[in-house]
Amino acid sequence: MTAQQDIKADTWTVAGRTFSSRLIVGTGKYKSLEENAAAVEASGAEIVTVAVRRVNIADPNQPMLTDFIDPKKVMYLPNTAGCFTADDAIRTLRLAREAGGWNLVKLEVLGEAKTLYPDMRETLRATEVLVKEGFEPMVYCVDDPIAAKQLEEAGAVAIMPLGAPIGSGLGIQNRVTIRLIVEGAKVPVLVDAGVGTASDAAVAMELGCDGVLMNTAIAEAKDPVLMARAMKAAVEAGRLSYLAGRMQKRRYADPSSPLAGLI
Amino acid sequence: MDVDDSVSVRVNGEHRRVPGGTSVAEMVNLMGLDPLRVAVERNLEVVPRSTLGQVTVEDGDDYEIVHFVGGG
Repeated sequence: MTAQQDIKADTWTVAGRTFSSRLIVGTGKYKSLEENAAAVEASGAEIVTVAVRRVNIADPNQPMLTDFIDPKKVMYLPNTAGCFTADDAIRTLRLAREAGGWNLVKLEVLGEAKTLYPDMRETLRATEVLVKEGFEPMVYCVDDPIAAKQLEEAGAVAIMPLGAPIGSGLGIQNRVTIRLIVEGAKVPVLVDAGVGTASDAAVAMELGCDGVLMNTAIAEAKDPVLMARAMKAAVEAGRLSYLAGRMQKRRYADPSSPLAGLI
Repeated sequence: MDVDDSVSVRVNGEHRRVPGGTSVAEMVNLMGLDPLRVAVERNLEVVPRSTLGQVTVEDGDDYEIVHFVGGG
């Protein structure tokens, strides 16, 4: 197989579903649903995360996300953002499954509002219950290789450690532990949270992650649609760089032009 | 049930009255919503979409009606 063919066939699979885009984007914080849809289009994402919330019964004719982003064209991945207990997350996902009709979901159980760090005790408990009920949870988690293993054993179909706190845009703060998780996991690993700019997404991919999930980095950019394009390019570049295998680092210079034949 | 045959329920935390004998699907429609685009929880139990037309709204029921919105 040539390198070209290799790249074409470079897909990833989660719970039996195969995707070619390794960028998953959130659909929160956009100025408008139009801008949101344009950014999703520019990102090339095949999966978007969505939240489950009460309908506005006082104004049922408000525009709906599904009018702008077609769930038949882009896979909706319902999340449990805002849930601080396993029970709340499970309840939310039971409703999400009824609203959407599929089992692939994103679980996050938060520990506190200040850092939005995951509560791993509740996260693990929710994973166990959801798997028993037939869900296929992709799980937001701490960057702890042991916790990642435990989630995988409990039936998580993907491990999604944070690179930095949700919405912080601080970049990948934990390359060593992300890499340890990648090396130890048999299910896909995606960095979820922390990406601030395109180079951060490339770093995540260069660490060998199967994908990256982001929301704020695109939604809060000055030009979200342009940033979505940048993220698409960065994820692809980082992936190719990982597959290519980077050069060894040296402590000193090594000339690129031959020394022989020097006048 | 009240004198006018209507029942009192809570929907998304708000008090509502609907005619007695109404199905959950009818109640959702009465609110201007498409039952195919929402999910309904009745007294903490999900009501499968396939049974929305068969479940009758009872006095004192507590409903959550949700849908997908933008989120991270």
